[in-house]
Amino acid sequence: MTSSLSKRYTYYFLLPAGIVYLVFFIFPTVMSLFFSMTWWSLTDWKFIGFDNFKTFLTEDSLNVGFKNTIIYAVVTCGLKVVLGLLLGVFLCTKLKSVGFIRSMVFFPTLLSTIAVGIAFTMMMHPSQGLFNVTLKAMGIIGPDWLGDTKIALLSVALVDVWKGVGIATVIYIAGIMSIPNDYYEALMIDGGNSFHKFWNIILPLSKPAMNSVIILSFIGGLRTFDLIWAMTKGGPGFSTDLIASIIYKQYQGGFYGLSTAGNVILFIVVSALAFPLYAYLNRKEVDL
Amino acid sequence: MNTFKKGISLIFSIILITGLLTGCNSGGKNANGDGGVTLKLLMDNSTNQDGIRAVADAIEKKYNIKTEISTRPGGTEGDNVVKTRLATGDMDDLVFYNSGSLLQALNPAQNFVDLTNEPYMKDITNTFKKTVTVNKKIYGIPGGSSRVGGWLYNKKVYKKLGLSVPKTWKELMANNKKIKAAGKTAVIGTYKDDWTSQLIYLADNYNVMQKDPEFPKKYTEHKATISNSPAALRSFEKLEEVYKKGYMNKDFLATTYDNGLKMLAEGKGAHYPMLSSALTVLNKNYPDKMKDIGIFPQPGDSKNSNGFTTWMPSAFYINKNGSNVEAAKKWVKFFVSSEGLKIFASKDKPEGPFVVKNAKVPKSSYPAVKEMLPYFDSGKTGLALEFISPVKGPSLPQITTEVGSGNKTAKAGAAAYDKDVEKQAKQLGLSGW
Repeated sequence: MTSSLSKRYTYYFLLPAGIVYLVFFIFPTVMSLFFSMTWWSLTDWKFIGFDNFKTFLTEDSLNVGFKNTIIYAVVTCGLKVVLGLLLGVFLCTKLKSVGFIRSMVFFPTLLSTIAVGIAFTMMMHPSQGLFNVTLKAMGIIGPDWLGDTKIALLSVALVDVWKGVGIATVIYIAGIMSIPNDYYEALMIDGGNSFHKFWNIILPLSKPAMNSVIILSFIGGLRTFDLIWAMTKGGPGFSTDLIASIIYKQYQGGFYGLSTAGNVILFIVVSALAFPLYAYLNRKEVDL
Repeated sequence: MNTFKKGISLIFSIILITGLLTGCNSGGKNANGDGGVTLKLLMDNSTNQDGIRAVADAIEKKYNIKTEISTRPGGTEGDNVVKTRLATGDMDDLVFYNSGSLLQALNPAQNFVDLTNEPYMKDITNTFKKTVTVNKKIYGIPGGSSRVGGWLYNKKVYKKLGLSVPKTWKELMANNKKIKAAGKTAVIGTYKDDWTSQLIYLADNYNVMQKDPEFPKKYTEHKATISNSPAALRSFEKLEEVYKKGYMNKDFLATTYDNGLKMLAEGKGAHYPMLSSALTVLNKNYPDKMKDIGIFPQPGDSKNSNGFTTWMPSAFYINKNGSNVEAAKKWVKFFVSSEGLKIFASKDKPEGPFVVKNAKVPKSSYPAVKEMLPYFDSGKTGLALEFISPVKGPSLPQITTEVGSGNKTAKAGAAAYDKDVEKQAKQLGLSGW
């Protein structure tokens, strides 16, 4: 009797968190799965099967988001991984003002994305923006950063990298710092140079840090919305529309069912890409 | 046991406080000390409020009804706010919102007070009433003057280059050629605010109707599409032509609406395809330049097709589920009375003729508005498509940006838009889609 009570007793502690999780996560998730298969006007709904998904995947103005989102996620993730590693290694050396430079690198992360977006939009103005005025002074005619449909997406991706590389750097620094000194001593005894130090010690042993950076920035890239919205709102035309901004636009248009279907698709895409990636990266990790 | 009690009382106080806070929102009568009523009004943040505030002050004096204006964003973002607040039962007493196709999407029968039998309805023009009528019931009163879509032009530039107002599309293009040769921007493009890219397409509806008067009906019933009806496709072709001939400013994709108005006022640009509501903004920023600004309708392919495409004003609707319906009814009644309109027009100059019978455009109106009047007097006006057909796709600004910047042909843009409107028609549950 007493033992069964004490067994149940422990579960009571899970109850508050469990209820919150159920009400604010599980319930909406199940509801959105349901509403993605309906025609929905917030007050009224009609079951229409997979029509919303079909529309989302076949209409050009909607499925352009898949291509753009993948490009955006790969570019931002790749650049953050490489630049973050270089900055991380650089900021782990014995520099005089290393603390100052570290905070400089991290600083953009603290800014509001919307403010960054507006500021860069102004700097990227084709004729009056800081970038092209500077380029002009050097005799180069700068591109129309956000107006040219071929490079607009990359321009936004670059701003994302500028803003997000600080986090990647900090993760790398933590990873590199945790490498025990023994390895460096062994390298010194064997007579290795600094390239060997980087290639044979830092790179393999900061793998866990790199994996976190890859996963975090890749998922972040897939879900980006705020920066795109602040800078281009998906334009010109549809050239910088990501899945997230398209979902928002469908919601604005009053197509609640369709936009919920988009959310479900985004959920599936993120999981389908992130989980295998995570498993793959974890397999390759080395123990310290 | 003591801690148990403490815990319980803590939980109850939290529940109580949250209850109180929610209670505040759904608030009661809003009665203030002197027995008057405070009405809440929700409107977009881009409409000039001077006229509405002046009328509201008069109403306060007369009926002891106060008005509290709160604003929301315009465009699709604002549609969102309105729809969500209606759906959650958190709407203000008075709602200022578009007439025409956008109203249809709000489910007026459920949300707004039916004003069909109000005596003042006989003073309001039928053209307007049609745009706030859903299932034979009238829900709104005009919240301002009508507007037109056309080509704003700088008269100084026209005079300097010896140009005259074009009557056909060909003449307009010839004017553009001369303006470009003179080193000025012929057509101001402001695609950074992408809604402005729609104007050449939207303002062409008068010409579409001249060629194919049945088009809106066939279009609503899905018996015609834009890409397969030459009259409607022509509007997209005009948009394409302006880009192809290089008549726009070089930075048109990075230029904003405000920049565009500046270019027009300063004479750096000669033409700006725009709604006449731009006149109010121009008057605010460049009052001394108003005499230089004129407007002409987007011309058609023949001289016979030369008239304005008009936009009906946004309307005031009364929230059916609000707590002050009676006061709100008094409010709108005063607003459309001749007394109310007079006060309104004294603070808010019309952007086109009024839609209330016997309400004349005052003598002090903008020169551009006076330029419109002959077209109205001779009946050479037609409503924009969104006031005749409930079908309007949400991606139009993006599609016109693509066509207007050479990333899509007119035909491909029209086809993309046909797909876009299909979603809207299905959402509205129209038959034939």
